[in-house]
Amino acid sequence: MKMIKYGGIALKERDFKEGRVIVFRDAPKAKYLWDCGVAISRFLKGLKEGKIIGRRCFRCSRVMVPPRMFCEVCFRGTDEWVELSDTGRVNTYSICYVTWDMIRIKEPQIPAVIEIDGASRGMGILHLISGVKPEEVHIGMKVRAHWKREEERTGSIRDILYFEPI
Amino acid sequence: MRRVAIVGAGMTKFIRRAQETGKELSFEAANMALNSCELTIKDIDCIVMGTAPDAFDGVHMKGEYLADGAGAWRKPYMRSFVGGGTGVFAVIQGWYHVASGLFDTCLVVCEEKMSSCQPHPQGAFLTIFDNIIERPLGPNLLWIFALEMNRYMSVYKIPKEEIALVAVKNKRNAKDHPCALLGEDITVEDVLKSEVLAWPVQRLDVSPISDGAAAVVLASEDRARRITDKPVWIDGVGWCLDTTYWTNRDLAYPRYVEAAAIMAYKMAGITDPRREIHIAEPYDPFDYKELHHMEGLLLCDKGEAPKLTAKGVTSRDGELPVCPSGGLLGVGNPIAAAGLMKVCEIFWQLREEAGARQVTRKVRTGVAQAWGDLMQVGTVVVLRR
Repeated sequence: MKMIKYGGIALKERDFKEGRVIVFRDAPKAKYLWDCGVAISRFLKGLKEGKIIGRRCFRCSRVMVPPRMFCEVCFRGTDEWVELSDTGRVNTYSICYVTWDMIRIKEPQIPAVIEIDGASRGMGILHLISGVKPEEVHIGMKVRAHWKREEERTGSIRDILYFEPI
Repeated sequence: MRRVAIVGAGMTKFIRRAQETGKELSFEAANMALNSCELTIKDIDCIVMGTAPDAFDGVHMKGEYLADGAGAWRKPYMRSFVGGGTGVFAVIQGWYHVASGLFDTCLVVCEEKMSSCQPHPQGAFLTIFDNIIERPLGPNLLWIFALEMNRYMSVYKIPKEEIALVAVKNKRNAKDHPCALLGEDITVEDVLKSEVLAWPVQRLDVSPISDGAAAVVLASEDRARRITDKPVWIDGVGWCLDTTYWTNRDLAYPRYVEAAAIMAYKMAGITDPRREIHIAEPYDPFDYKELHHMEGLLLCDKGEAPKLTAKGVTSRDGELPVCPSGGLLGVGNPIAAAGLMKVCEIFWQLREEAGARQVTRKVRTGVAQAWGDLMQVGTVVVLRR
């Protein structure tokens, strides 16, 4: 067989420090103003009122959270709003010690998927767990939403500060 | 549909930071693939280019930006993009260009240059989370992997030690790959003692971000037989996308990978994948993902993949070699190029051209699989000698 030479020239940190590489910098300039849509606007209004709102499909009978105006399984419009409990169970969680750009954080964050009581089985939302030692968190743990004070709520997922063990 | 074969393959080294631009890397891989089957760009009817988010490069319409480097000048050209699933999906798109009868040859090129994105290419991924109800929580990409890994470990009661064996195996395999970034001998203990990023994900559970490119040449049956006496047939393709409501999914089992695998196996006439698949390159950006995907590919029962690894079944001299290349964990993870590297590896293994990486058992049928988007896409090809 012929000798194969693979492309790819590895640059090292030193090459940059010592100015051996020519580089250009830029950052994108774009800002966004998002409309929240029909389903999520209602969901956020619910959060402002201290409620978690789901949506039911009459054909498959699923109660979905986050709510949506169409059922992706049946591919038809969903049918009614359902007020859910502000409690649930931990489906899975992580104990995160780094930021997105890999900087260590002192107090770890505990992101979790929380299955909301009153929704169909397996219907979870992403949120954070707090008010508990990281080593005590477990899958299946019952948790409740810890709300912001009513006058501070803005209609945001952060109107729930975190979920805490019941 | 016409039968389609892979007749040539090439790749660049996978490196932390390449001096070459994405276009230049694409050219290197494409040129090597063409040389390997003694074709020139004049013999190529159309081009498929696989590359992941524009945000890595900060270049809008990245497919067009890369086109010249992939040999697409004044040719029918399309870009393939399903996140991490791209590397195998690009082969599927190339396959239907030729299987349909529209073209006789297709050059498939995949490239990724992640190093340009500062301070960390994870920044490019932050916008994959739901813009209204997830991003305000400040998620980072590691979260979803950590959440999925924890669910997988908990449902099937898999200890972290068993998952770490995958990182040990793949990094060791990568020592024999001339393009590898992280080929090394490590121990389970090294993995368990490595820095905890987002528990249960630790530093050595994760593949390294990289720059690199890979390419394959596809040809219709009659052309393939004239080009080489060792064509590798693409006998099955499958792909499937699950819901974007990832917090509503069963995170312990990749059902969409299973659906993609069933589609590909059916096309290839495979009824018993455990017996009929001899070698596999499932997508392994994290060590648990190799196991997750072996199960989705129906190569073992749910929750059983760690046992096969522990028994040595998946090592290069085992009954079912898995990621003999060294995988993303060992060779590197330039997203789209990493998926295509897996197809290249099965091609070389089936032709017995894998050199020091050649598996012990005789292999005739192999499967390559990639995975991505918001943990929701499975892309699968079945290859045969």
